[in-house]
Amino acid sequence: MLAYKLFVEISGETLGELTVNAQRYTMEEILKIEHLKKSFDDLTILEDINLSVKKGEVLVVVGPSGCGKSTLLRCINGLEDIQEGKVILEGNIINPLVDRKSKYREKIGMVFQSYDLFPHKTILENVMLAPLKVQKRKKDEVKKEAEQLLDRVGLLSKVSNYPRQLSGGQKQRVAIVRALIMHPEILLFDEVTAALDPEMVREVLDVILDLAKQQRTMLIVTHEMAFAKAIADRVIFLDGGSIVEDSDPTSFFTAPKTDRARKFLNTFEFEKVH
Amino acid sequence: MDFEVIKSYIPLFAEAFLLTIKTGWFGIALSFALGLICAFILYFKIPVLSAAVKVYVELFRNTPLLVQLFFMYYGLPILGIRVSAEICGIIGLGLLGGSYMTESIRSGLESVPKIQTESALSLGMTKPQLFRLVILPQAFAMSVPAIVANIIFLLKETSVFSAISLMDLMFTAKDLIGLYYDTTESLFLLVVFYIIMLLPVSILGTVAEKKARFKIYGV
Repeated sequence: MLAYKLFVEISGETLGELTVNAQRYTMEEILKIEHLKKSFDDLTILEDINLSVKKGEVLVVVGPSGCGKSTLLRCINGLEDIQEGKVILEGNIINPLVDRKSKYREKIGMVFQSYDLFPHKTILENVMLAPLKVQKRKKDEVKKEAEQLLDRVGLLSKVSNYPRQLSGGQKQRVAIVRALIMHPEILLFDEVTAALDPEMVREVLDVILDLAKQQRTMLIVTHEMAFAKAIADRVIFLDGGSIVEDSDPTSFFTAPKTDRARKFLNTFEFEKVH
Repeated sequence: MDFEVIKSYIPLFAEAFLLTIKTGWFGIALSFALGLICAFILYFKIPVLSAAVKVYVELFRNTPLLVQLFFMYYGLPILGIRVSAEICGIIGLGLLGGSYMTESIRSGLESVPKIQTESALSLGMTKPQLFRLVILPQAFAMSVPAIVANIIFLLKETSVFSAISLMDLMFTAKDLIGLYYDTTESLFLLVVFYIIMLLPVSILGTVAEKKARFKIYGV
């Protein structure tokens, strides 16, 4: 708790302005992507992607639709096969997967754009299912942690509800908790607020900001530029299947190096009509 | 209508009723098992077997049960295979029902969104876990109405068993009409026993349907 307070003081974060801080992460590399190539038949989606993510780092991936952002995340957790290169998590190659029994997926938490909770299970069951069945943990311990985590995102009162009874923002918060309870080394967020109303967007983003403060390693694909600016340690700009820019958020948002990035950022600005 | 006649016929119909229920439900159990296996084969697109299942479904869905039963009852003995009318009826109903059940269960499996598979996999579940814990319960909730409709249809189809001289309800009614000309009484009892057999299925089916769907859809 003292460490947390200290960190809050040093980082000088203010909740109202959505600022977190920089330089929280250690130098320990956790995820490495080397020369990754992904294609569907003749169509190349990702070309020669090289990326290194350090423990505790928050990486935001931005880019126009169809640039391969989502595919990149899906290649990392093995939902997509890759054609060339490799994805390495903590020194182990996880894609292409050599050891089929590898438990790497537990180490990578993923939250999707569309609500992906299990509709036939209650909120508590949704959260507890994987730790019980995949990690074979004890029920009491899992239940306690599930309730703690749900409480943290303000949803403890919903434990016995079904997903259909929740709003979009609430569902996404549960999805985040469901990923967290597996104690992943890295969290992937694939446009998790794209289908939400503005107020709900904020409630979900606040949860993610909270995670950044807990020094979680995260890869976030988003179209929320203000949020990206606030949370990112590094911004990756992806266009046409390759990394066009890889820089700190301040320089990316104020002085992008390439025309493509400038053009992309301009799509979020509006000129005054009157 | 002579109620004395009806009263005297009740034991005969009750016996036929039990036989009909027995062969009917055995056939349905067989059809369900068959449908489940075939639906899995189609869902997982298992090579060779998928093609075989498709041929089977089209063959049995597009021929009348009566023809199938004749084939087995009168055709198999030519090949030296002799089966009792009862077994013949159960297998025939099972094969016909299997083709219907296959399609009902398959459509349920395919109605589960792909994101469910992906989120389960990303939580580290194995394929069998994904199937058992995530896909199957949702697929069943979707399939229940179709499965209930199939069960009712198959129970009614048992009336064809009379053609291979299985002493079911239909056979008994036809027999009594032929022997004693008590047409009205026999037909009345026939209707009553079929309703006794099917009404509970229909009611329970509606309840099961509501229960299965409520969890997921809330209606």
